[in-house]
Amino acid sequence: MRVTTLPLAVSASTTTSALGLGLDAHLDALHRQRSGLRTNDFSSAPLACWIGRVAGLETYPLPAAYAQWDCRNNRLAWMGLNQDDFLAKVRAARQRYGATRLALLLGTSTASIGATEEGYRRLDGERLPDDLHCTAIHTPHSLTAFVAKALDIGGPCLTISTACSSSAKVFASAERLIRLGLVDAAVVGGVDSLCDSTLFGFNALELVSPEPCRPFDAHRRGISIGEAAGFALLERIDAHTDTPLRLLGCGESSDAHHMSTPDPDGIGAELALRDALDRAQLDISDVDYVNLHGTASHKNDAMEAALIARLFAAHTRVSSTKGLTGHTLGAAGILEATMTLLALREGFVPGNAGVHHADPACSAHFAWHNEARALKVALSHSFGFGGSNACLVFARVVADNAP
Amino acid sequence: MSTLHIHVEGIGLWSRQIANFDALQRVLGGETPAAPAMRPDAAALSPNERRRAPESVLVAIEAASQAVAMSGRAVEHLACVFASAYGDQATTDYMCRVLAGRPTELSPTRFHNSVHNASAGYWTIATGCHAPSSAACAGSASFGSALLEAAALACADRRPVMLVCSDTAGTGPLGELIGCTIAFGCALVIAPAAHTDITLHLTTRAASWPDHPVLPDDCATWMRSNPSAACLPLLALLARGHGECVLAISEQSGLHVHKEPVA
Repeated sequence: MRVTTLPLAVSASTTTSALGLGLDAHLDALHRQRSGLRTNDFSSAPLACWIGRVAGLETYPLPAAYAQWDCRNNRLAWMGLNQDDFLAKVRAARQRYGATRLALLLGTSTASIGATEEGYRRLDGERLPDDLHCTAIHTPHSLTAFVAKALDIGGPCLTISTACSSSAKVFASAERLIRLGLVDAAVVGGVDSLCDSTLFGFNALELVSPEPCRPFDAHRRGISIGEAAGFALLERIDAHTDTPLRLLGCGESSDAHHMSTPDPDGIGAELALRDALDRAQLDISDVDYVNLHGTASHKNDAMEAALIARLFAAHTRVSSTKGLTGHTLGAAGILEATMTLLALREGFVPGNAGVHHADPACSAHFAWHNEARALKVALSHSFGFGGSNACLVFARVVADNAP
Repeated sequence: MSTLHIHVEGIGLWSRQIANFDALQRVLGGETPAAPAMRPDAAALSPNERRRAPESVLVAIEAASQAVAMSGRAVEHLACVFASAYGDQATTDYMCRVLAGRPTELSPTRFHNSVHNASAGYWTIATGCHAPSSAACAGSASFGSALLEAAALACADRRPVMLVCSDTAGTGPLGELIGCTIAFGCALVIAPAAHTDITLHLTTRAASWPDHPVLPDDCATWMRSNPSAACLPLLALLARGHGECVLAISEQSGLHVHKEPVA
């Protein structure tokens, strides 16, 4: 039996990354192809690489009421929530539906592990130091627990942590809860912040580039790790008929291949893509733009370039935006969903930043530079460790028209 | 609407004190079953994977294997949700210790084992499962929240879903803080019910929440020692064949579970 996604209105969204605070900063950076990457000045020990660091978090403590959750990841969440009137828009939704009819679904890969790392650097014997001896920040649910309190959301609150697909998969979970009538609206999103675990972890896997990452370059040398926060408010279309941006489909699959490398045949990625389009009742030829996972790792980009060449119609344009932001891991899904929505709203294809010499495996679908083009249907790809794949379908519709 | 109807097709359970659902039923009946092996079999994994996998993965996969075997479902098409309140605390302790002293010596295998979806990854690889898999947490409400996530997936997409919820004992300074002192994992294979079988009803937390019947002292101890043991009121209900309980899904909300006795 075919299951279709309930089309939902994306009635608010925001994102914060190395490109800046909020949607306008991201739109400006995309238009100018301005990279937010800089040499690594973050890790607790030297590591020669480039990072996408959000400026100002060190002097942006949480309000006193949320002091138990104060750490870099939750500061980034708070900074993100304070852009684009997002707090006010959620407050309005809460008043309209009631706190318990709102769900919160957030993705993160490492949550506030940076605070745990700091505690271990400053151990008091075999005990975390007093100022960090607090359960609230040493748990993977820290982000969602904090945001639930900050937004006063009383419905289901769940953290999805499937590595780099985390904050794409939250859209699928939210859509199911709304389709079943369990809630009326959902705040989705994700936050991941720079920490030693991921910098030295990906370094141990020999996946970190010593230079700014170059997705789909013939001589790419690996990823640049970044940090980001992003959020979106999803509601039924009948409650928001004038909202032009829509979520039409969410696809999910598993690679069943390897813990830390994608299936080179892209079987799992294609399953997620086809699942998303089937649910949206769209044909692959309906797709105008795909924001690729495009991490600049050898294996991901080879798999994804082959997938694009194999499946998509000639008019579909594709690009990775990680050359500007770095790979924001568990926040990549929401950051790139937000940039895909910006591309739909503004009618342009963001260029695939960072490339010097395009990989010859890349087909003519790749947009190496920005292109002005009216877009109706756009996808965002997110693939994670453990073979966790997600694909989101977004659309821009003329007001009052069903998609 | 705020109600879902599901059927439970398979149940799996592993801790050092209770090796499976039969053992739990004996405890609920007042017996003290013999303690099983110190390490779960996790026979779904190849010998090589079993060596590489941390205890957190072995516990999750053992519970999963039991539930799938009871359900008779084909595993390669079975969607799955793996939940854990704290993930692999022993791996987190290892990572933070190495990062504090010799960060460039971090083990790549232990890094990829540190992702919250490690169990989901090992499981889907071992079973050739291309169906959607997820990994979730919600603090002390992890079991209830993940049951809602799994039940929503089952009912929305009209497909069977496996839910696994497991945590292992913490070690080091992190373990001292968190206080999760035993390994405990449970798994359910659920399917959307054509008729009323088990009703899940979203409810707000209130003083009027129905309490679950008193469980044996051992169960109460396990619930204090491991957040995944929050499944025990539901498993006791399944063992009884009827009843009701409320599982926390967030600070303000709960999932009221009700099962009518079979006539």
